[in-house]
Amino acid sequence: MSLLSIHDLVAEFDSPSGIARAVDGVSFDVQPGEIFGIVGESGCGKSATCRAILRLFGGAPARIAGGRILLDGVGDLAALHERQLAQVRGRDVAFIFQDPLTALNPTMKIGRQITEVIRRHQNITRAKARAAALQLLRDVHITSPERRLDSYPHELSGGLRQRVVIAMALALRPRLIIADEPTTALDVTVQDQILRLLKERRDRLGTSIILITHDLGVVSQICDRMAVMYAGRVVETGPVREVLDSPSHPYTQALLAALPGQVGREQALTPIEGAPPSLISPPPGCRFAPRCKLAQPDCAIGPPPPLHARDGVSSGHVDACILNEVAHGAA
Amino acid sequence: MFLAILKRLLMLIPVLIGITLISFLLLQIMPGDPASRAMGSRASAEDLQAMRELWGLDKPIWVQYFYFLRDCVTGSFGVSIFHKQPIITLVADRLPYTLAIVLYSTVIALVIALPFAILAAANRGRFLDVAIRQIFVVLIALPPFWLCYVLILWLALNLGMFPTGGVGTGFFENLYRLFLPSLVVGLSTAALIQQSLRAALIDAMKADYVDTARAKGLRGYEVFLRHILPNSLISTISIIGVRVSWIIGGTVVVEKIFSVPGLGSLLIDSIVSRDLPVIRGLTVFFAILVVTVNLIADICYALADPRIRLE
Ligand SMILES: Nc1ncnc2c1ncn2[C@@H]1O[C@H](COP(=O)(O)OP(=O)(O)O)[C@@H](O)[C@H]1O
Ligand code: SF4
Ligand SMILES: [Mg+2]
Repeated sequence: MSLLSIHDLVAEFDSPSGIARAVDGVSFDVQPGEIFGIVGESGCGKSATCRAILRLFGGAPARIAGGRILLDGVGDLAALHERQLAQVRGRDVAFIFQDPLTALNPTMKIGRQITEVIRRHQNITRAKARAAALQLLRDVHITSPERRLDSYPHELSGGLRQRVVIAMALALRPRLIIADEPTTALDVTVQDQILRLLKERRDRLGTSIILITHDLGVVSQICDRMAVMYAGRVVETGPVREVLDSPSHPYTQALLAALPGQVGREQALTPIEGAPPSLISPPPGCRFAPRCKLAQPDCAIGPPPPLHARDGVSSGHVDACILNEVAHGAA
Repeated sequence: MFLAILKRLLMLIPVLIGITLISFLLLQIMPGDPASRAMGSRASAEDLQAMRELWGLDKPIWVQYFYFLRDCVTGSFGVSIFHKQPIITLVADRLPYTLAIVLYSTVIALVIALPFAILAAANRGRFLDVAIRQIFVVLIALPPFWLCYVLILWLALNLGMFPTGGVGTGFFENLYRLFLPSLVVGLSTAALIQQSLRAALIDAMKADYVDTARAKGLRGYEVFLRHILPNSLISTISIIGVRVSWIIGGTVVVEKIFSVPGLGSLLIDSIVSRDLPVIRGLTVFFAILVVTVNLIADICYALADPRIRLE
């Protein structure tokens, strides 16, 4: 049984120019002990999808406008009251934010920030919580952890701060950790250590992880399954090996072709000509059509094409390109 | 920390010398003869001359300035022509009232500003936020003396809730009697704090660490009290620090209107009686007060925000 199962999730942001559907009918499952990668250009709704799971929209005027978020043993997170959801946060599902420089409260000591999450969910003494925090800092390989407990965030490097953030996320042994580009703000050597830390946790305790990244190399390294998002929708999902070795959606193919090392393209960050469409009034039909080299007249008509299995391919590798749908139907 | 404070105190010396110089020169161009003021209009020319010599008013300007500097350094700040007492004695009698109003009005300002800042931030952009802002804008715009008279007429004379002025004995009686003057001084400061705290709260609510705190499962009030409010208040401390010089200036008129025997009324009385040494001494003393309170505010700021080191 899936640990997390998202069905037709819709999340909207109010903005001055209208309502942006940052998440528009997203579905995917995360299995126990699995590292699930979400990739896509920025602005495609990766963060919004993950924030919607715990309803943490960073004070932005946003809401879940549809769909279900089924967490094994808890129920539909989208239907929980804020108070019930708060019980789930930190205990069953933990969140690691992108920028460790801003993710910690600058005026509170590290130790207190860690014990805070422990004492919220467990009825233990201050001293016990502190001992637990100390052990957590050791678990994430922070040296001289006693000293760190009494440090303020600004006294730590970015890499150390992200370790502290991870220590907080690990504190209650959640079944699911959502990490939103946890290494984007860090330099390369530190990136590797942080990713290894997460993988180690999964290997040891079977913790599921949703890892948002725009680095396909990272996905290939540590993820088991993955979803490719474009303009608020999942356009392709499946086991990492299958998706990366035989991508079936033109957007995934374009992302892969744009990787450094591939001939004829420059950068991984702006791989494809043009930019993703506005999510306030997205184009009709397939949202990738304006940029797609393979686009047909039919592509830009009607509702966005749904995910469907590719012919002859097993294990849940599905994509949302009508070319593959036609091939499938004709076969 | 201690060294940093010491350094700051040393850096104040040139500032204070500058202040003595400016206050001395400014008062030289003030019209009116202190000697004839002190002696009355029927004094003879000889008596006046004797008086001038006694007070050193016949000496060259730079000699007078050095007398003045000497008095500042020895701590007497000179001798009052009118009261015939060292100025420091006058100050010592009256300082507590002025400090009381400064402190009291700051507390009142905080008590008023805090809930309205929170209300406004929680309802930002909506009717309540706009309404609160408008009310505080009006409060800032009201002239203090007008506010004084309205409060005296309404709360003191009409409703009889407060005395029209004066001070009493004991802590609680003065808490009661100094309420109106402190309210007048505090209201516009409340407006300032409300605005800056509202902005700081809105900023803090959007901060990433607030997301982190909520992701821990903390309840709304826990996130607010532990993370949002403390970080917002820190930026407000520096606002109050800057504001205190204004507050100290604001006490002058209010003390006079409410007959509070503080430094402000002493200053106005001395101006009326051309008591030059007192005006000069008080100017310097007010400057020291402002500078000291600013230093205290900076120290508080450095203590509250671990990222700030006192330089
Ligand atoms: N704070 C916000 N206010 C309004 N719209 C937002 C906000 N955050 C995100 N959005 C909308 O959601 C879309 C997806 O954003 P996001 O999920 O952050 O993308 P990603 O994480 O894939 O880079 C954005 O393109 C924007 O339209
Ligand atoms: S549906 Fe059409 S436009 Fe969209 S990816 Fe497939 S071919 Fe390209
Ligand atoms: Mg993002």
